[in-house]
Amino acid sequence: MSRLTTENANLAREIIDRYPVPRSALIPLLHLAQEQDGYVSDDAMTHIAELLDITPAEVLGTCSFYEMFKREPVGEYLINVCTNISCLLCGGEELLEHLEERLGIKAGSTTADGKFTLEDVECIAACTEAPCLQVNYRYFHKITNDQVDRLVTDLEAGRLAHEVPKHGTLARVRQQVAADRRARVAHPDQNIEPVWLARNERAERSS
Amino acid sequence: MSDREIPKIVSSRWDVEDGFTLERYESTGGYAALRKAIEDMTPGQVHEEVKAASLLGRGGAGFPAGIKWGFCPPGVYPRYLVVNGDESEPGTYKDRLLMERDPHQLIEGVLLACYAIGCSQAFLYVRGEMALAQERLASALNDAYAKGYVGRNILGSEFSLDIVLHWGAGAYIVGEETALIESLEGNRGMPRLKPPFFPAAKGLYLQPTVVNNVETLANLPWIVSNGGGAFAALGAEKSTGTRLFAVSGHVENPGVFEVEFGVTTFRDLLYGKEYGGGIRHGNALKAFIPGGASAPWFYEEHLDLPLEAGAVGAAGSMLGSGAMVVMDETTDAVKACWRVVRFFARESCGKCTPCREGISWLEKILLRMLDGRGRPADIDKLMDICDNISPEINWPPKQTTICPLGPSAVSPIASAVLRFKDEFVTLCGGGEVTVAVKGKAYLSQPEPEAVGAS
Amino acid sequence: MTDTKAADDAGMEVEEIAPEEPPGVAITLNGREIRANPGELVIAAAERNGVYIPRFCYHSRMNSVGMCRMCIVDIDTGRGPALQPSCMIECTEGMKVDTESATTQKAQEGVLEFLLVNHPLDCPVCDKGGECPLQDQTMAYGPGESRFVEEKRHFEKPIPVSDVVLLDRERCILCDRCTRFAKEVAGDPLIHFIDRGNETQVNTFPGHPFASYFSGNTVQICPVGALTATPYRFKARPWDLEEVESTCTSCSVGCRVVVQTSRNRLLRYQGVDLDPVNWGWLCDKGRFDFEAVNSEERLASPLLRDEGLLLEPATWSAALAKATSALRLGIDRGGAEGVAVLGGSRLTNEDAYAWTKLAKGIIGTDNVDCQLGDGLPAEAVLGLPRATINEACQPGGVVLLVGPDPKEELPVLYLRLRHAVLNDDVALVELAPTETATTHLATHSLRHRTGEVFALVEALISGEAPTEVAGVRADQIEDVARLLTERPLTVILGRANLAETAIPTAAAAKLIHQARPEVKFLSALRRANVHGALDMGMAPGLLPGRVGLGAARGDYSVKWPRVPDGVGLDATGILQAAADGRIETLFLLGADPLNDFPDRELAERALAGARTVIATDLFLTESARQADVVLPAAGYAEVAGTTTNLEGRVTTVAQAVTPPGTAQSDWVIAAELARRMGYDLGLESPRQAWQELAEVVPAFGQIGVDLIANTAGDDGVLVKISGLTEAAAPPTDAAAHQDDSDASVVGATVPPAQAAVQLPVWTIVEPHQADAYSFRLVANRKLYDQGTLVRHSSSLVGLSEGAVVRLNTYDFEKLGLKPGDEARLTSARGQVLVPVRPSDGVPRGVALLHFNQSGGRANALVDINGVVTDVRVERP
Ligand SMILES: Cc1cc2nc3c(=O)[nH]c(=O)nc-3n(C[C@H](O)[C@H](O)[C@H](O)COP(=O)(O)O)c2cc1C
Ligand code: SF4
Ligand code: FES
Repeated sequence: MSRLTTENANLAREIIDRYPVPRSALIPLLHLAQEQDGYVSDDAMTHIAELLDITPAEVLGTCSFYEMFKREPVGEYLINVCTNISCLLCGGEELLEHLEERLGIKAGSTTADGKFTLEDVECIAACTEAPCLQVNYRYFHKITNDQVDRLVTDLEAGRLAHEVPKHGTLARVRQQVAADRRARVAHPDQNIEPVWLARNERAERSS
Repeated sequence: MSDREIPKIVSSRWDVEDGFTLERYESTGGYAALRKAIEDMTPGQVHEEVKAASLLGRGGAGFPAGIKWGFCPPGVYPRYLVVNGDESEPGTYKDRLLMERDPHQLIEGVLLACYAIGCSQAFLYVRGEMALAQERLASALNDAYAKGYVGRNILGSEFSLDIVLHWGAGAYIVGEETALIESLEGNRGMPRLKPPFFPAAKGLYLQPTVVNNVETLANLPWIVSNGGGAFAALGAEKSTGTRLFAVSGHVENPGVFEVEFGVTTFRDLLYGKEYGGGIRHGNALKAFIPGGASAPWFYEEHLDLPLEAGAVGAAGSMLGSGAMVVMDETTDAVKACWRVVRFFARESCGKCTPCREGISWLEKILLRMLDGRGRPADIDKLMDICDNISPEINWPPKQTTICPLGPSAVSPIASAVLRFKDEFVTLCGGGEVTVAVKGKAYLSQPEPEAVGAS
Repeated sequence: MTDTKAADDAGMEVEEIAPEEPPGVAITLNGREIRANPGELVIAAAERNGVYIPRFCYHSRMNSVGMCRMCIVDIDTGRGPALQPSCMIECTEGMKVDTESATTQKAQEGVLEFLLVNHPLDCPVCDKGGECPLQDQTMAYGPGESRFVEEKRHFEKPIPVSDVVLLDRERCILCDRCTRFAKEVAGDPLIHFIDRGNETQVNTFPGHPFASYFSGNTVQICPVGALTATPYRFKARPWDLEEVESTCTSCSVGCRVVVQTSRNRLLRYQGVDLDPVNWGWLCDKGRFDFEAVNSEERLASPLLRDEGLLLEPATWSAALAKATSALRLGIDRGGAEGVAVLGGSRLTNEDAYAWTKLAKGIIGTDNVDCQLGDGLPAEAVLGLPRATINEACQPGGVVLLVGPDPKEELPVLYLRLRHAVLNDDVALVELAPTETATTHLATHSLRHRTGEVFALVEALISGEAPTEVAGVRADQIEDVARLLTERPLTVILGRANLAETAIPTAAAAKLIHQARPEVKFLSALRRANVHGALDMGMAPGLLPGRVGLGAARGDYSVKWPRVPDGVGLDATGILQAAADGRIETLFLLGADPLNDFPDRELAERALAGARTVIATDLFLTESARQADVVLPAAGYAEVAGTTTNLEGRVTTVAQAVTPPGTAQSDWVIAAELARRMGYDLGLESPRQAWQELAEVVPAFGQIGVDLIANTAGDDGVLVKISGLTEAAAPPTDAAAHQDDSDASVVGATVPPAQAAVQLPVWTIVEPHQADAYSFRLVANRKLYDQGTLVRHSSSLVGLSEGAVVRLNTYDFEKLGLKPGDEARLTSARGQVLVPVRPSDGVPRGVALLHFNQSGGRANALVDINGVVTDVRVERP
């Protein structure tokens, strides 16, 4: 679809600036692209490659390694049902089957109206709250079939807009550091001993 | 379990509704340890306290943090700290809680570690799927920067540190420390070979790098405030302090519990009223995984083992990431085994041939068995493939792979096949089946001395 | 989360760095004590000691990744044997390695089985079948039958990753060799691992093909048949191939190759790892331009211009008779100076000797030039101390590049430089009028004003600069001047711009030589065997053996009927004379001046002005079309002999096929012409050229064919004769064959009696001030141009860009141009109409137009006598 907007490109530069080596910003920038378009488009990857001075193939190599990055548009709501061991023991598979029926799609696909994508995912670190799922990476713990039905209805009706932002939005709060509060980016090629370590020697000398 | 009053070291604010805010953190003793360190202690003294605490890493390998910090070669800077918040091991649920409910405690831990080690920059690598943790940490960092706890000239001293909040994007293997570093460099999260790429020597950007787990670091404010000795007084000789354990699966009362390390037993944790509360519906225990999906399974006879790294290791498994998954008698062992193997098949980074090809193969065979198309010879084949990934199927495992993910897939298979062979045989149409590869460690009973340790 | 060996987690034992390593460590290999070099990998040490450990991902010229796991063996460093990848582990004192233990064997068999699990096993239809490491390993170590009954991984069958390379992802075993090569060696990470785990594949980014000059290497190093090259696909089975070692002559780097043929056709070249030169790599042009040798368009019989002015096929005797009579007539009319020979860089050393002897020793003309006005004065090549590639790349040194873009003209030299810069702390300083493909490697790339390189070098050598020199700021000059003195310096010398005179470059080199006599020069003349041709005397004022005309006359007149009376004309002089009607007979020896001489107009007038033009060539080039007699010559791999690379390294070229039709070796043509002129050239075979040379220039002749043949497969023979520096030394150690280092060196000193080549006095003419409306033209070469080899190689022909003029973005916009526009370039000489593009790599006021591209030839604009070339750029 599109390259990063001017605003996002500026944000991208700010993110790059936090790292000693620009390429470290690659994953955050891919998230930024996904936040913009709901998925990571080829154009966005090309743009990111330019910003980091690497090739688009290198961007794709990283992008395609990670589960969260979608290179095709997905539903407005990405529902991730955990079926890994703890959830499996507590009804995760049944939960997934129920959702497949409710949405009329198989795991791994998207509803015709583009509202929902359903995925069968690995452990999402809520094992004691099984069965559980995420909608756009927001958790729903110990969820029953009835609750799932209600959740889907609410999402369809747009009633959960506050709890569940659109796909691609990760954190609604970003790290922001005032310029005068920043320490410094520690570049790997500058072998400088941190000043406070001198306290060790001072202490040794005085003792 | 001892009768002493055991403090809540890392989970004290979990039940405080606004425990994640800077105000509540400060009003409950937060950042006092940082102040103490900066005002009264040299970096070396902070390091000494952590050594005295004998704090074991909580990420899985259980290596003493204080000793690991000491491995950074002298005179080589910058050093980096990378916080491993990629929690993805099936069954594991604790780091997310620490990040969501008490982000400042982690930040303070990071500051103390960097002060002691001499790190000039720290990276908080948080699992991508944890949106709330991201938000809580971002807010906490923003507040801490504004208040002078993080950034330039912390608390007016010459100690300066930037902490960069970094997002993962969904890949279990990135939890492995060298893969984490690759990922943080913007690459595919494929592990590096150790040697030569031990993070402490050649880590992030090939500089000395300390990788610590979230829970490990969350212990630091308490250790600095109360002294390493106080920490070491809790728990067993080598497994000191308290530790978080997630108890999930077929228990009445699943949850994440902070208990005294090294002395509490599995039975306490699974059956204790304030903990797991026993097997659901009063069913019988079939098996439990003591330390995350990578760990070989334990059974009834292991219940009285203490939650102590050495004892559990000697009995043929590990406490890993403090994740206990309980299976009752109704559990289909083949199915459970397949599901864990599917996880490793999906999560292999693809670098090593045995892991990339072998685990998918294992998964396909298991799935075929579940579909009723297994043959008795497949059972031995499963074990032989395992043997080619982890020669001799032993514990601790040998490996033909770079990182331990490969052999991790062997754990559930060796456990299930050797203990519940009949279930496999029945699925595969019955008959006489001999399994040539034995996997010695999997059949061993707990050592009698170890049982009585509590 | 099982970091099972807790100690490994932070792992210190392994990190001790011994302060002073003794040379070599003792290890036990399968119970036998061996010595390994410090830092040597177990897999390499074992191989050196006769134990081959199977491997797929390991490649000695790339960093180990240890990912295929095939090379795991039991290694015991004191903590008991453990399976470790031998390609990652360095030998340490006392280490015990067991490659035969039961654990090792079971593990290796297991890995092999895993590799085959998803492999299609389509060996019968696979190009690699018969030479496939995977197939071989399977035969040697693998399980008999497959235990894998599940469904295999499927991918769309071969997909093109570039114009010449196809990828079959089902066969791929993900060894990371091609991808590592692309990133690490070539610096073109355009193929990459995509997706994860069992789904991992190698692929390109959509719309961004693996357009690398070096892509063919990936095909060669692929350990299975996943990567195939279109020129070879399905052409032959390995067991049908015959092969012979040779040297690539597509440029002057001299990469060692294996030439593979089947049924008298060239089918494939593979790089051979020649340690001082190419490390096994080839560029795609060198690898694939054998297609031109096979081309249907090759000349297969002589052609004669008939009465109707058409070139018609003729017999050799008719053609030679015509050539001889024209030659006789010419000599009668204009004397020996009425004959000129242009070209010869394509020839072998032996062919070149024969032609020099014909021209200079029999006909008696010194109007011979193997270069086409696009190189450097011969004295600048022969009269300066020569560097080897290894010397230029020595760790910690600095390389001053005053010449063309190595990536475009000498691609494998670029790879060596790139490696030196990235791995061996070599600093590269580039003096270039525009940004080049090599600029990104340079610590400093000084963008000097076109035509003013001499002034810049003068400032760099003196270390002093007023505010600016040649457009380069004083502080930059000071930085670079310091760098050049702080580190051992090597100069790479060649022609950066064909639209300005070469004199300032040559003079700059002389200046450096005078100021710093210890500095050595690596020539960057690119054409095939130009260095050999110069050694064989194919330039005015020279005789074979790097001997100046004057001083050598006595020795030569013993062997040769005559020696030219005086110094003759170079290419420009020859063409000028021909245009003026002073050349009766002009030989074009594989030369196409219309396309390769920088001044096309002069070349046109010359071809029209020469009474008789006789061309020997592989193809009917544009210039050959103008000839009266065209003689078909044997091409690469059709003749045996030797060639000399830019270092002066002499290596063999082998005959692998027979020439088409009645095409002949160049030396045979020379001998035949001599015979018809009434002389015996005295050569019955190419090797006699060396014997004769030995008699006249003992130092040089020592490099007999035998010596070369004996060292073939090793590093060739490095001719270390250097005019100026060694001329004064006594002739005592002449021709000592030192067998010391990495190269066989003939350390020869030229006896003082035979004055070596002297650097002349070159006068610098300052370029005039450009007027405000003009652009200064820069015309340099791209790898893929309209040269005959590219033009007749079907796989390469589509890769040349075509003519495009590039202007600085500011100028581009100022002229009101838009992307997609065409521009008219007008010089005092001529006009071309070409597409125009903005580029930030071109300084303001400069127009960059690559040389010899289709659709607008830069040489239509250049006046060879001009100092620089100014053009107007307008919208048509
Ligand atoms: C496959 C694999 C996955 C891992 N995942 C995690 C993880 O999610 N979180 C974590 O802290 N450590 C994980 N580890 C362990 C880390 O490699 C490393 O040992 C740990 O982060 C070090 O921190 P600690 O010393 O504080 O425990 C994993 C290890 C392996 C082999
Ligand atoms: S064992 Fe598996 S996950 Fe670990 S590096 Fe090898 S392929 Fe990757
Ligand atoms: S050759 Fe060593 S792991 Fe591949």
